[in-house]
Amino acid sequence: MTVMEQRGAYRPTPPPAWQPRTDPAPLLPDALPHRVLGTAAADRADPDLLRRLYAELVRGRRYNAQATALTKQGRLAVYPSSTGQEACEVAAALVLEERDWLFPSYRDTLSAVARGLDPVQALTLLRGDWHTGYDPNEHRVAPLCTPLATQLPHAVGLAHAARLKGDDVVALALVGDGGTSEGDFHEALNFAAVWRAPVVFLVQNNGFAISVPLAKQTAAPSLAHKAVGYGMPGRLVDGNDAAAVHEVLGEAIAHARAGGGPTLVEAVTYRMEAHTNADDDKRYRADAEVEAWRAHDPIALLERELTERGLLDEDGIRAVREDAEAMAADLRERMNQDPVLDPMDLFAHVYARPTTQLQEQEAQLRAELDAEIRHHEDEPDHRDEPDHRDGPDHRDGPEVNAR
Amino acid sequence: MTTVAVKPATMAQALGRALRDALAEDPTVHVMGEDVGALGGVFRVTDGLAKEFGEDRVTDTALAEAGILGTAVGMAMYGLRPVVEMQFDAFAYPAFEQLISHVAKMRNRTRGATPLPITVRVPYGGGIGGVEHHSDSSEAYYMATPGLHVVTPATVADAYGLLRAAIASDDPVVVLEPKRLYWSKDSWNPDEPQAVEPIGRAVVRRRGRSATLITYGPSVPVCLEAAEAARAEGWDLEVVDLRSLVPFDDETVAASVRRTGRAVVVHESGGFGGPGGEIAARVTERCFHHLEAPVLRVAGFDIPYPPPMLERHHLPGVDRILDAVARLQWEAQS
Repeated sequence: MTVMEQRGAYRPTPPPAWQPRTDPAPLLPDALPHRVLGTAAADRADPDLLRRLYAELVRGRRYNAQATALTKQGRLAVYPSSTGQEACEVAAALVLEERDWLFPSYRDTLSAVARGLDPVQALTLLRGDWHTGYDPNEHRVAPLCTPLATQLPHAVGLAHAARLKGDDVVALALVGDGGTSEGDFHEALNFAAVWRAPVVFLVQNNGFAISVPLAKQTAAPSLAHKAVGYGMPGRLVDGNDAAAVHEVLGEAIAHARAGGGPTLVEAVTYRMEAHTNADDDKRYRADAEVEAWRAHDPIALLERELTERGLLDEDGIRAVREDAEAMAADLRERMNQDPVLDPMDLFAHVYARPTTQLQEQEAQLRAELDAEIRHHEDEPDHRDEPDHRDGPDHRDGPEVNAR
Repeated sequence: MTTVAVKPATMAQALGRALRDALAEDPTVHVMGEDVGALGGVFRVTDGLAKEFGEDRVTDTALAEAGILGTAVGMAMYGLRPVVEMQFDAFAYPAFEQLISHVAKMRNRTRGATPLPITVRVPYGGGIGGVEHHSDSSEAYYMATPGLHVVTPATVADAYGLLRAAIASDDPVVVLEPKRLYWSKDSWNPDEPQAVEPIGRAVVRRRGRSATLITYGPSVPVCLEAAEAARAEGWDLEVVDLRSLVPFDDETVAASVRRTGRAVVVHESGGFGGPGGEIAARVTERCFHHLEAPVLRVAGFDIPYPPPMLERHHLPGVDRILDAVARLQWEAQS
């Protein structure tokens, strides 16, 4: 019988092996950005947690202001502020257990500080004395990542490795709305879902990738929708509601811990300041838009909730502000001291076993430094000002004529 | 001395054995990549490993090179020792950002707190009749990236040794595996395999007095063949197999050129901006007063890799090498 003769009996059937892998509908539970503050859900929230979030938000706002001021004074090379996004930054840090890992981007120094990192160490990247000024293993905070979204596969790999070892460890990776357009965002989410890795992705949708608004970044109904394509839940949360961000992240982390795999969380927030001090946001957004968000300030939202419910009074607010001022004063004082640099560090950590080529170049730099020291010693005015302090003794290097 | 049964083995088998021994000895070693599981890799290097060590240790990944290497970074941050397979030279390019911005830099940026002992295996080079994007010589990109070690074996024994040394290294190592030597055979005793320690030593494959051929990977057998053919011309050529491009063994190379007074660098990679320029400069800087002639290069042409029916015109062969040797100003001797 030919195909033509079969025609009348033909019935469409699905391809033999096809079946839906996941029901997409339950993967998107939030029709609107999830809220806790100002709703009945706030009654169930732990008052101590709310007060702690509040204290950290105020500290975080003060930290952002201080870092911005230090940049204007030339103490930082650049500072990408998270002012306006403190609820996300703080909730991300507070929701994790000690043993969990945080993977921040360059805008997330606040989350690293809220997790316990010394702010001076967190800021070395932006001051310019060393790329990563802290040991990532100490607070389980990965290096602040500048190439967009490239930290996401790291978080997936670490979470996967922890699961293979049988450790109860979750990784929380931070990324911005612009970062969701990068290929590494896609690959990380896909690997995470296939491996059911215990990892949570928090997208802080702050409206802009430097100057480019979200509408030019994606045509997706929401960034949370992207989760469905990978077969993981996508949650949508008000990123200025610290209690809501904490709750949604907490649920996602519990889901990951229980073996349920990854979650993508989109937090809708707003970058209140320019991309960095080097940016001019008046070129691409209207003041009115910024003002509208000022009325939705994360600190104001939480402060209203706490005071209306009698969980915070004037004395409490004053104590929180004094604590923030003390942190800022300490940061200011320490950042106003010049960092101690040793140029020989340039070679110290490139390899575990340095190449002979690097050893030769290291000797060259050492000789140049020796020549500098001798040059200074020859000048009576500078006898007490060596160029580099506390470094190893450079005087063993090869002899070079000082000019 | 007891005689051990020495059987012919292929380079692919030696590489597979290196992975197997590393997996067996060190529980933190994980092999990952496209098709490395049930299939055993497109070159069968990982044949049988998934069955022996399970899918958690030998993992078929999604088809995404940046994802493979990027997740390997996270695994290494947690104390594992991933061995990543990039299926072909040109398919490794999507992983470049992870390699250059993270794998190569992580130890340095964290002052040694976060070393990444990752091995990246890359089948490379031409001569196998591969269609477009399957025959690139990508070593110059890796060599130009501080923080990486780059090695490439030319013999069955070195394939085992270099891969074991790479996996054992606390630095990230790119292992460039010459595709056309995967099926090359050599007498090799798999019961007493030796690691090459430390990475970074070249080896003189053939002693000679007239001139030095400096080469590596797929061009080593070509140079040995050229050296045999050169005898008819009265030239006694020395052949240096670099084995390691980073670190570079200046000592062995310079010692050879000082002995012979003449040098030709041979590789498949393009000449302009290729490894040969760096090697020629290093030789000249160290051996200037011993040189009887400029250091010459025999390289692939500076063209996109040709279609398979034309690749023989592109790859450095015996005749092109002998032509270069003939141009080493022999008349100055008389």
